[in-house]
Amino acid sequence: MSKKHIIASYSNTQTFLLVALRLLLGWYFLYEGIVKIANPDWSSYGYLMDSQGFFAGIFHAMAAKANVVAAADWLNKWGLTLIGLGLLLGFLTQYALFFGMLLLIMYYCSHPPLASVTYLIPQEGSYLWVNKTLIEIFAMALLMVFPTGQIVGIDRFITKWTKK
Amino acid sequence: MKKDNKKQEIASPNTSAQQIGRRDIIKGLAAIPVLGAFSYAWLRKNNIDETYRKNMREVVNLTSQPVELAPSVKEGKPIRIGIIGFGIRGKQLMRAAGFPEPTWIDEQIKAHAENKQNTNYQDYMEQEQLNIEINGVCDIFSVYSREAAIAGSNVNREGAAGKMGKEPRQYKTYLELLDAPDIDAVIIAAPDHWHAPMAIEAAKRGKHVYCEKPVSWTVPETYELVRVVKEKGIVFQLGHQGRQTESYTRAKEAIDKNVLGKVNLIEVCTNRNDPNGAWVYDIHPEASPSTIDWAQFLGQAPYHEFSLERFFRWRCWWDYSTGLNGDLLTHEYDALNQIMNLGIPGSVASSGGIYFFKDGRTVPDVLQVVMEFPKQDLSFLYSATLASGRSRGKVIMGHDANMEISDRLVIKADPESTQYKKKIEEGLIDPNTPIYSFTPGKKGADGFATATEQYFASRGLLYTYRNGLRVDTTHLHIKEWLNCIHAGIQPSCNIDRAFEEGISAHMSTKALLENRRVFWDADKQVIV
Ligand SMILES: NC(=O)c1ccc[n+]([C@@H]2O[C@H](COP(=O)([O-])OP(=O)(O)OC[C@H]3O[C@@H](n4cnc5c(N)ncnc54)[C@H](O)[C@@H]3O)[C@@H](O)[C@H]2O)c1
Repeated sequence: MSKKHIIASYSNTQTFLLVALRLLLGWYFLYEGIVKIANPDWSSYGYLMDSQGFFAGIFHAMAAKANVVAAADWLNKWGLTLIGLGLLLGFLTQYALFFGMLLLIMYYCSHPPLASVTYLIPQEGSYLWVNKTLIEIFAMALLMVFPTGQIVGIDRFITKWTKK
Repeated sequence: MKKDNKKQEIASPNTSAQQIGRRDIIKGLAAIPVLGAFSYAWLRKNNIDETYRKNMREVVNLTSQPVELAPSVKEGKPIRIGIIGFGIRGKQLMRAAGFPEPTWIDEQIKAHAENKQNTNYQDYMEQEQLNIEINGVCDIFSVYSREAAIAGSNVNREGAAGKMGKEPRQYKTYLELLDAPDIDAVIIAAPDHWHAPMAIEAAKRGKHVYCEKPVSWTVPETYELVRVVKEKGIVFQLGHQGRQTESYTRAKEAIDKNVLGKVNLIEVCTNRNDPNGAWVYDIHPEASPSTIDWAQFLGQAPYHEFSLERFFRWRCWWDYSTGLNGDLLTHEYDALNQIMNLGIPGSVASSGGIYFFKDGRTVPDVLQVVMEFPKQDLSFLYSATLASGRSRGKVIMGHDANMEISDRLVIKADPESTQYKKKIEEGLIDPNTPIYSFTPGKKGADGFATATEQYFASRGLLYTYRNGLRVDTTHLHIKEWLNCIHAGIQPSCNIDRAFEEGISAHMSTKALLENRRVFWDADKQVIV
């Protein structure tokens, strides 16, 4: 058995808290995805256009292209939903975490909470550099190095089946 | 941490793939209940939202179906059209009627090539053909006359390299055009001081008329026009294309169903903040006394020597213009007349001044008009500036709810409403969230070009939606006129509505210029 299959041994409390964190993030992603799927009028256009900061130019250019917006819409709707399901069920957890972080990094880059900017899209609090998105990115990074899918999750079966 | 040192592991290394134990199943699927909880929460939330919407539908029971597209213009013998005036508006009208300038088509194709988001060209090519022929054009500026003839021959809506049809005849005077036997109907888009004289002569000859707003420049010609149109029985449409705006149809329904309760105050406005919006239009490089028939431009206007400024920016002088009253108030007034059947006000007061554009103009750039409708217990307030872009919607204030209309329509209940008192107390209605809102059209952004265009769009003057398609309201307005000609009936902005529009605007101007409150004597049908 190769080394990468060995999973850290956690205490009950550690497992409980790590899994709980994973489930909370999963819930959060799943809801964000489902809401968008359920709303036929939802589009990432406004969000992209609202971008500010260093990368704003890139996001505005994306918004200007109808096919890019369509792709971004699709990726957000299904990406968020699948990532959410992955985290909730512990299914392909490491991939879900990876792509989830990727999405969050995009969100962060498009809407950095800089001192000098205000956004049209309402923010629920007032932030300086550090916001909810950034904290979530680090929470997910943490879950990547302390994986739990193979303990509580469908990944448990996958590891067994793929193991020779 | 002593007690807690029982280690968690995945299935022990020596169990094989085939041997998934009970323990594995329980642990592997341990998170499924969370998914169940999620589904439960999601359904419950949907349920609450749906109950709220259902509740709202009971309170505000407005049609949820989009306004139907009117049937296509009858096939068979086309209606033969003449156009008088091919300036800014004449070009738009011809385009809306299906005869674009080839250069405009090329521009739209190029705009789409540069920005795929801009679908003006595609939208335009989907515009229905109206089964008309352009047989005559008349513009007293020779450059525009030529351009009108070319547009009139663009039967296939092609660019400059495309194949054109037969060119319509160019007439030197509007009377010659009106006398032509191969013209059944005319579109009038000359300056304001020409509307009524041209429409009267057309009607006298039995030609149907689509006349740009405002209906008239003087009070007496307004009566004369009504008389001739009725006597001759021609089909008359005044050019308030807002009549075709979907949100106005909804607004009317809300008023008719008493969603707002008693309405005592209406506030409408104009806010623009660029030279173009203040009528300082470009002067064409080829314009000169030899390319412009100045005497014909003047018509009944007081004599003035040739002036390029006056020719292109005629809206700035009372000599040809009807000021903010005729140019922009009329759009707002007609919208409300459509929604609430206002009729002619009992009295009008007005004030304003030339406060920003001190460029020699005689018409104000800031204007207030207050119309009183005593029969309806209602004040109508119009407030305009051409030097600030702070936009204010059309707001209809009722005792039970208020309605704000732009290209969207939003209705909010009043916290002190009588009609909704019980529902508000029961928490079924929240006065802070709309009890009804309506946004026509498709998602995403529109490729609107200029600030002025956006201004028009937000006021429903540019596009409306039919079956989810973006349609030019002017196109629909012309189409309605043509359908009425075929059916022998009068359209939505008929001569009666035109009379109300004209008299209301004239009362406003009179009140402003004479610096007094002006009254309407409904029995004698005169302004006093
Ligand atoms: N419904 C709308 O939304 C809307 C929008 C713009 C303009 N309008 C109306 O359209 C009318 C025209 O406005 P515009 O902006 O196109 O002005 P414009 O000055 O650009 O065009 C007027 C045209 O009429 C021509 N003309 C003048 N006198 C003539 C005559 N005696 N015979 C033939 N042609 C003559 C001029 O050469 C000019 O080309 C105005 O009354 C305006 O109120 C309506």
